[in-house]
Amino acid sequence: MADRSLELEDCGHRACGGCGPALAARLILKGAGERSIICASTGCMEVFSTPYPQTAWKVPWIHSLFQNTAAVASGVEAALKRQGRDEHVLCICGDGATFDIGVLCISGAFERGHNITYICYDNEAYMNTGIQRSGATPFDANTTTSPAGKLSHGNSRPKKDMPQILAAHGAPYVATCSIAYPNDIIRKVERAVKTDGPCYIQIHTPCCTGWGFDGAKTIELGKLAIETGLWVNFEIVNGKTEKVKKVKRKPVEEYLRAQKRFAHLFKPSVNTEEIAKIQAIADANAEKYGIDLKI
Amino acid sequence: MKKILEGSHAIAEAVRLVKPEVISAYPITPQTHIVERLAEMVADGDLDSEYICVESEFSALSACLGASAAGSRVYSATSSQGLLFMAEVCFNVAGMRQPVVMSIANRAVSAPLSIWNDQQDSICLRDSGWIQLYAEDVQETLDLHLIAYRVAEDHKVLLPVFVCFDGFIISHTYEPVDIPDEKDVKAYLPAYVPVNKLDADDPLSMGMYATPEYYMEFRYENDQAMTRSLDVFKQAGKEFKDLFGRDYSELIEEYRLSDAKIAIIAMGSVCGTIKDAIDVMRAQGREVGLLKIRAYRPFPAEDIKKALSGIKKIGVLEKNISLGSRMKGAVGLEIKDALDDSSVSVLSYVAGLGGRDIRIEDVIKMTDAIEAGNGDCFFGLREELI
Ligand SMILES: Cc1ncc(C[n+]2csc(CCOP(=O)(O)OP(=O)(O)O)c2C)c(N)n1
Ligand code: SF4
Ligand SMILES: [Mg+2]
Repeated sequence: MADRSLELEDCGHRACGGCGPALAARLILKGAGERSIICASTGCMEVFSTPYPQTAWKVPWIHSLFQNTAAVASGVEAALKRQGRDEHVLCICGDGATFDIGVLCISGAFERGHNITYICYDNEAYMNTGIQRSGATPFDANTTTSPAGKLSHGNSRPKKDMPQILAAHGAPYVATCSIAYPNDIIRKVERAVKTDGPCYIQIHTPCCTGWGFDGAKTIELGKLAIETGLWVNFEIVNGKTEKVKKVKRKPVEEYLRAQKRFAHLFKPSVNTEEIAKIQAIADANAEKYGIDLKI
Repeated sequence: MKKILEGSHAIAEAVRLVKPEVISAYPITPQTHIVERLAEMVADGDLDSEYICVESEFSALSACLGASAAGSRVYSATSSQGLLFMAEVCFNVAGMRQPVVMSIANRAVSAPLSIWNDQQDSICLRDSGWIQLYAEDVQETLDLHLIAYRVAEDHKVLLPVFVCFDGFIISHTYEPVDIPDEKDVKAYLPAYVPVNKLDADDPLSMGMYATPEYYMEFRYENDQAMTRSLDVFKQAGKEFKDLFGRDYSELIEEYRLSDAKIAIIAMGSVCGTIKDAIDVMRAQGREVGLLKIRAYRPFPAEDIKKALSGIKKIGVLEKNISLGSRMKGAVGLEIKDALDDSSVSVLSYVAGLGGRDIRIEDVIKMTDAIEAGNGDCFFGLREELI
């Protein structure tokens, strides 16, 4: 069992107050432990944690580029294998690095079957460069490249289903989790690290700056995403979906109203048509994963 | 041991002798025979390396970076489109001071698509921070790989190296080569000792971002290391000569140059043709010689200046084109800078692009042009197509 008092992400990093990804970093390392080597992609976490000559990482850490982390990790893993070493290799990358620009390298690394744990901290946009949309941005979210306007309701496409894409690569372990449930993150990371082969974990990491909410409410936002069915926590073990988190669902409106990125759906009047489309996404999630608690 | 080997297989032999712990590469003509042969060696147990068979060049060099950062000696090979696909990683590897050695089978860059030789690909990456060595024949290509690891891994240097050789002309040509003894190579090239590496017992962060207060000094250090590599190469070349008998103690090579009035300058396999042309011209009483450049980065400017002292007419045969530049060739500019003497005529001749043959007659014609003071032009164009 992971030592939950272990702190391998040091204080003094430069994330916004209430940053979901910063919390995720701390929890990931509790699950991964000291015998870890972290490969990072360009993005908020890299920037807030390693302004030269300071670093927040108490485990070995390497950043190369935005889109090659899985390939760098392949090389680290191969070297460790050849040298007979025992460290475990983890990637910690943003959703832009994972869903968009890094897909080639991730797909290659998973197909080759390297023993790595790839973790995507999903804040649902390119935050480091100023809140541009990514393939992980939810339907209708307002970002600087998917702005709501006279002819637009925000991001016009639904979120890409990365966990299923990686499960289809034959990954032995795929899981989603959320900073709203810290122990779940620790447990899932620990399990991935102990699983042979390439594992994928996607962590919902609300970003107060990019989504437009008070940094004191990060956990609350994470909970709401789960409780509305817009984010589902599950595990896929050897291709079989297991351990889905069940909820007594709330209407998506509660989640949407809490964030400025969806404010256009409520101004000047409530856009029931668009909100219904988002509700349909939650309903489809509920159906697909069977998340509704039957009481 | 002397063997008749295809260039690519001679390179694979060099890699076998160097024993990289991790190899990662992606096939592209005319480099393919190297990676195929290495895969065979690994499959047969003749080479104990982790061979990462990646999905792209971008991942190939990224994987080498990761393995090198973890403390392993690594190897890769590519060409043309593959090298440009790696471009972003190339800068990164050099900036992170990882001593990666990569074979470059020089090939033209698309469009139009061409699998044939020129040196545009590696020249494009001039400022990426990689040492660039150019070989004339199969033996030199093999030998430069061994020297490349010595230089790259030297703690005074810690820079990556391209070992460049002309695609097909060297990669696919059979020549007799002397394959060094494993025992001697072991003595010449001890195991790689990284200055630091990713290690849970001694954690450190690599590849952090630098604000304006820090960035410039990193580039400065890179440049300093590049400059230091000049002497490190010469020393490594000298020791190579002592052990193996072939002399690489200089980054340039002169051929009938000491008493010449006209100098031709070139890099790579065309130097062989130029030497033959010079013999023909010398027999006719023309005082012409060759200065072969073995390293484009670092550029051995001082040595070149010395070698060319007193020569007033110089022509540079360029297998690259810097489009829109007045002089046209990337090497000529460096020669002009090295000499810094307006009384000397230095002219560029862009030739052999996309694999066009350069023959002895062409070199003689070029010498006529150098003598007449006509240059900074394409050489050997088919006027009827223009
Ligand atoms: C090849 C390349 N293209 C674009 C960029 C600019 N860039 C840096 S970080 C980033 C977005 C990062 O997004 P994500 O992975 O979601 O991480 P976040 O900042 O949201 O944590 C972009 C577009 C880059 N560094 N490299
Ligand atoms: S912008 Fe978002 S992800 Fe980036 S540091 Fe701030 S809260 Fe964290
Ligand atoms: Mg993001």
